[in-house]
Amino acid sequence: MQRIGVFVCWCGSNIAATVDVKAVAEALGKEPGVVYFEDYQYMCSEEGQNKIKAAIRDYKLTGAVVCSCSPRMHENTFRKAAAAAGINSFMVEIANIREQCSWIHKDMQSATEKAIILGRAAIAKVHLNAPLTAGESPVTKRALVIGGGIAGIQTALDIADAGFEVDIVEKKPTIGGKMSQIDKTFPTLDCAACILTPKMVDVAQNEKIRIFSFSEVDSVKGFVGNFNVSIRRKARYVDEVKCTGCGLCTEKCPQKKVPNEFNLGLDQRRAIYIPFAQAVPKVATIDPDYCTMLKTGKCGVCSKVCAVGAIDYKQKDTIVEEQYGAIVVATGYNPIELTKYDEFAYSQSPDVITSMEFERITNAAGPTGGVLLRPSDGEHPHKIVFVQCVGSREDGGGCGKTYCSKICCMYTAKHAMLTREKYPDTEVYVFYIDVRTPGKNFDEFYRRAVEEYGVHYIKGMVGKVSPENGKLMVRASDLIEGKQLTIDADLVVLAAAIEPDKSARPLATMLTASMDTNDFFTEAHPKLRPVESPTAGIFLSGCCQGPKDIPETVAQASACAAKVIGLLAKDSLTCNACVAHSEEMLCNGCSSCEKVCPYGAITYQEKEFRMPDRTTKMRRVASVNPAVCQGCGACTVACPSGAMDLHGFSNRQIMAEVDAICK
Amino acid sequence: MQQVIREKAISLITSGKAARVIGWREGEFFYDQTPEVFTCPEDIEKNFVYNGFSGANLSKYLIKESEKEGVVAVFLKPCDTYSFSQLLKEHRIKRENVWAVGIPCEGKLDIDAIRKMGVKGITSLEENGDEITVKTIYGDKKIARAEALAERCRNCKSRKHVVYDELLGEEGEVLESARFDMVEKLEQMTAEERFAFWQGELSRCIRCNACRNVCPACTCEKCVFDNAASGIENKAPASSFEEQNFHIIRAFHVAGRCTDCGECSRVCPQSIPLHLLNRKFIKDINEFYGEYQAGADPEEKYPLMNFTQGDMEPADAFKKGE
Amino acid sequence: MQIEEKFEPTIVAFCCNWCSYAGADLSGTNRLQYPANVKIIRVPCSCRVNPMFILRAFQRGADGVIICGCHPGDCHYTTGNYYARRRMTLLFSMLDFLGIERERTRLEWVSAAEGAKFAATMNDFVATVTKLGKNRRLEDLRCNK
Repeated sequence: MQRIGVFVCWCGSNIAATVDVKAVAEALGKEPGVVYFEDYQYMCSEEGQNKIKAAIRDYKLTGAVVCSCSPRMHENTFRKAAAAAGINSFMVEIANIREQCSWIHKDMQSATEKAIILGRAAIAKVHLNAPLTAGESPVTKRALVIGGGIAGIQTALDIADAGFEVDIVEKKPTIGGKMSQIDKTFPTLDCAACILTPKMVDVAQNEKIRIFSFSEVDSVKGFVGNFNVSIRRKARYVDEVKCTGCGLCTEKCPQKKVPNEFNLGLDQRRAIYIPFAQAVPKVATIDPDYCTMLKTGKCGVCSKVCAVGAIDYKQKDTIVEEQYGAIVVATGYNPIELTKYDEFAYSQSPDVITSMEFERITNAAGPTGGVLLRPSDGEHPHKIVFVQCVGSREDGGGCGKTYCSKICCMYTAKHAMLTREKYPDTEVYVFYIDVRTPGKNFDEFYRRAVEEYGVHYIKGMVGKVSPENGKLMVRASDLIEGKQLTIDADLVVLAAAIEPDKSARPLATMLTASMDTNDFFTEAHPKLRPVESPTAGIFLSGCCQGPKDIPETVAQASACAAKVIGLLAKDSLTCNACVAHSEEMLCNGCSSCEKVCPYGAITYQEKEFRMPDRTTKMRRVASVNPAVCQGCGACTVACPSGAMDLHGFSNRQIMAEVDAICK
Repeated sequence: MQQVIREKAISLITSGKAARVIGWREGEFFYDQTPEVFTCPEDIEKNFVYNGFSGANLSKYLIKESEKEGVVAVFLKPCDTYSFSQLLKEHRIKRENVWAVGIPCEGKLDIDAIRKMGVKGITSLEENGDEITVKTIYGDKKIARAEALAERCRNCKSRKHVVYDELLGEEGEVLESARFDMVEKLEQMTAEERFAFWQGELSRCIRCNACRNVCPACTCEKCVFDNAASGIENKAPASSFEEQNFHIIRAFHVAGRCTDCGECSRVCPQSIPLHLLNRKFIKDINEFYGEYQAGADPEEKYPLMNFTQGDMEPADAFKKGE
Repeated sequence: MQIEEKFEPTIVAFCCNWCSYAGADLSGTNRLQYPANVKIIRVPCSCRVNPMFILRAFQRGADGVIICGCHPGDCHYTTGNYYARRRMTLLFSMLDFLGIERERTRLEWVSAAEGAKFAATMNDFVATVTKLGKNRRLEDLRCNK
């Protein structure tokens, strides 16, 4: 039998004005097991806490019930006080008689009666409470960053800077991501390569950072502090260590007709290639879909020209197993496919391009050497129409996205401005729904496009683009003037919505990290924990969490790194004490609990048991990893035999509360 | 078929392929057979029966029998194979110790159904294809076999074996059945009528636990109702409401795992249509979350251990019928 | 003369710690009134609510049981409320099948910000159950002896 003390708080008049605190204390004092009761003005004060501590010592209490404000407010305060007086902190229960009683009732009699019942329920629970101790688990001091775009690069650099090892897994042959394809960056118009490539070099030279390029995450096991990850290093048919990146093979390869994905198919590369001049690692990769040697066994030119013998046609995928304490998701975004938007004639005319293609066309390292030329005939376009919100901000029924892709307004302003600056004879029209420019120096930037550069911003949506006689007839409405327009454009640029990379969904499943309906990763709290996933040890960097521009991405990447560093700096983690546990003698081994656990905290093992009839028996039983369990209790209900129960919220404790309330 | 099965059972033992065979033994009354673990060929020759009254689902006995040394052979009717598959899915049976022989089933007979036709003084029974001859102290009586079938067999859901090592006779198919008709009928009643119906049924419960003990989904090492530490331990049939509680919890614990084998109703000494509770869950699951047959697919997720973001709300489930 | 005593139902509310319990607290902080009949039991997540608890409540004399959790998609444990929703949908449907008035059970999503929704939900639930009267169909009569 427990020896329970009941402490009723007045909370000044907050409780005492509606609840007869003395009557509550006296009534609860009569409950079985209650050996001490008192009421006091402010239980949470120093003096109040001392009263609790003194009573615990003087009356040899084993448990305490505090009738006060919400446990969300002061449960910790009272638990700490109890622990200071020498009893386990989990032997304290709170009866919430303020937020859920005195503040919502006016009638003293019914509020007092209710307070007594809530107190009784808490006492009934304390009778079944048992001391709990939170476990500890060690932390592997290494982080994994999945994705080597600017988000992943920044996070990796910051973590490495704090002295921890970081591995970057990038599925493409080089790190750099989308930013490496961009020409200039808003709102300062500095060149993307000039600010990105030094960072890429930093990554390559940092002793703490390993880059697994052309690699993918195969599987993730384990939990916060102790993830076991297998990384598939895809065969690139080139020995990364031997290859010097001289590029001779990429010049000699006879297979010249491979669409160059780095330039979005606007020009061609060879079957063996280095995506771009500043690639990191600067190592050639053979494209097995086009390589004549790999397809027919005849060719071998690259192997012959390679002075260091780096070509290896027999290379196979290899698996690297590594342990990590934290995992950062930085899988980024892609513009959506425009196949469903044929009203803009994207598939009908090569002169209808996406904004990313426009970036490549204006980039000095791009297919046109940075000269703005139409893809169809290589002529200079004199009239360009930019269409905003292609696939963004659609209502639920459409084929597009309901959200705002956020970056399009600004990069379109940038494109328009740069066009007008370099080619003042070009007329530029921008069709928009709204122009959204929140951000430092963003609105000023947009206004410059309109006011200084004379870009024609027209509020309204383009209805149809049709190629006619070498022109693109753009039919649109001007909502402010209230009229229909037709523009004979030479080039149409579509600001396609952006969506999470397709690899994100299967990755989320592997990580047991949650996603929203758009496949963006969900943050642990939208405001207060924006760079963490609800799954402990998984962190979010960049556009995998939602559309972002570069400054925002870098800020989030660094924030994410700070959170990772905070985790890796710890030698061990204190686990949640209120975790599930399995009564092995009752366990059927049916796996029901394992199937509902969102954290993968439950595993099964064959164990030898001594049975009541003195025989031994191998049985399949569940065991909970307390370092991973977050204590939701889903397993306890899935378990038909009641073998699985939750510390702190056990079946019997909750039923005791039910009984006390329904008495 | 009885002879074929007997021979198979004997050859499994004499060839050493199996150490034991689970089958049906003739009981005190011809319609009352007992599941039995046979080890001796002579015993099988004499006492192993398989006929219209071999209704017992033998899959559950594999839990204990497969733990023992040596291979245990078992004869499974189509619907029993669903239970077997489900038990395998739940890791309850050591598969390597089991030799499962699928056997055909033409539906099992219900002695009460025959009695209800007004046949009295029954002494024995002969099955001849679609017809059965009931021998009584007043002479023979011929009845159509279909009319003497147990409810679960009249609404047979499948004649297909989902898992087996060898098959005797022809493989059947999954059938269309009217098994949810009675559930639907109850759903259309008013709450008062339904309550009266179930009070009438469940108040007869004597808490003998036969339904639980026979159920191949109720395989807990220790049932919550037997476990003093569970807080809901209860054995006494002290009031009708306690029974209601027991049957709801039992049905809920097997929801999504119950294969609808109908054993609960077969063994109930009070003839309570307990299978209706399970079928209500099955019907709801089918309607709310898509067709699901427990035991049919060893890979499929259990409906209660699965979800979609757009699942219906409890309140919408009620609106559906209105 | 007969004095009709007003029926005061016993209502048990299971609230998840992260959303609904906080929502209930907020409704207190904002001094939004709802009847004292409602007694809240804090659980970590709506998926912690075992059907046994609900039946136990009815058995011991509760007249209505309501379960409150985070909105779908907002579960602190990511998926708990989805499991709870399936379990409760099936359980409530079963209780209805047995003739227990369907209005006595309810599942509601209340976020930590929805203090007003919490109070409104409770007011409505208490009114509904009061109208139904005493629960007699799922009560263990032994408890009254």
